[in-house]
Amino acid sequence: MSHAHDDVAVRAAALEALLVEKGLISTDAIDAVVDLYENDVGPQNGARVVARAWVDDAYRERLRANGTAAIAELGYGGFEGDTMVVVENTPAVHNVIVCTLCSCYPWPVLGLPPAWYKSSAYRSRVVAEPRAVLSEFGLTLDPSVEIRVWDSTAEVRYLVLPMRPPGTESLSEAELAALVSRDSMVGTAVATVPGAESA
Amino acid sequence: MTSGTLHAVTAADGPEALPRLNGELVFNAPWESRAFGVAIALHDAGAIDYEVFRSRLIAEIAAHAGEHGTGEDGRDYYERWLDALEHVLLEQRVVSEAELGERAAGIAHDWAHDHDHGHEH
Repeated sequence: MSHAHDDVAVRAAALEALLVEKGLISTDAIDAVVDLYENDVGPQNGARVVARAWVDDAYRERLRANGTAAIAELGYGGFEGDTMVVVENTPAVHNVIVCTLCSCYPWPVLGLPPAWYKSSAYRSRVVAEPRAVLSEFGLTLDPSVEIRVWDSTAEVRYLVLPMRPPGTESLSEAELAALVSRDSMVGTAVATVPGAESA
Repeated sequence: MTSGTLHAVTAADGPEALPRLNGELVFNAPWESRAFGVAIALHDAGAIDYEVFRSRLIAEIAAHAGEHGTGEDGRDYYERWLDALEHVLLEQRVVSEAELGERAAGIAHDWAHDHDHGHEH
């Protein structure tokens, strides 16, 4: 570990110790938050939302009409998810999400963002040249497909509803959820069946 | 937002939870997780307003954007997070520069001491 990292670790430890000493927060409360986001809240939540939308047309309609409420039906909500809007991919439109100013992200359904989502390169480039950025992620879209980039704000967090892969008619909702990757819900990938040709 | 809501998320996860699909560590170092947890716990306790904090985070990220190699790969994100948290708490006079500096010096001394006696170099 470098000295620069030691310095920042010392600053974090000093701040935590002071705030606990002043009685503003408890070590247990901090532990609980960290444990929650390290172990319980992650893209598996969003995958369940997507799989439900794939098998239940009425749920998909509710998800389109009011993402926050439909996501709450499955028990997910809260921090960085106060207002969630679900944007649906179609054969003609591919959606991708970003937060150009910081790294707002729909935590309740995707967990905390990966490093690349927080990078200045992604934040600036996906708006200016989305097709090029997506191809760097290995996603080459037909030129006829319109790409819509959704910039998260203080008020709204977006979740991409990927298209259900072909040939999955016989799969159960749980099996479908396993096909839904984090990146497919950010829009830097599509949902695919392992071993099958991807779209 | 309260931790009650957060824990409802855990409960809903249940034993049928899918394997995590995140594909990478959520935090790259223990201090990152502590800095994250402190900010959220402060918000849950009503000690800071998350939107005030977020505005400062945006400002810190923007202020470092021009620096060579900074922010490029997103790995310094939690440094900016800690900068923003300190700034908000100093501004609201929850903590002072002096007590932060004093506590940091004490911790640095303790860690150096542990290091000298705990490892061979």
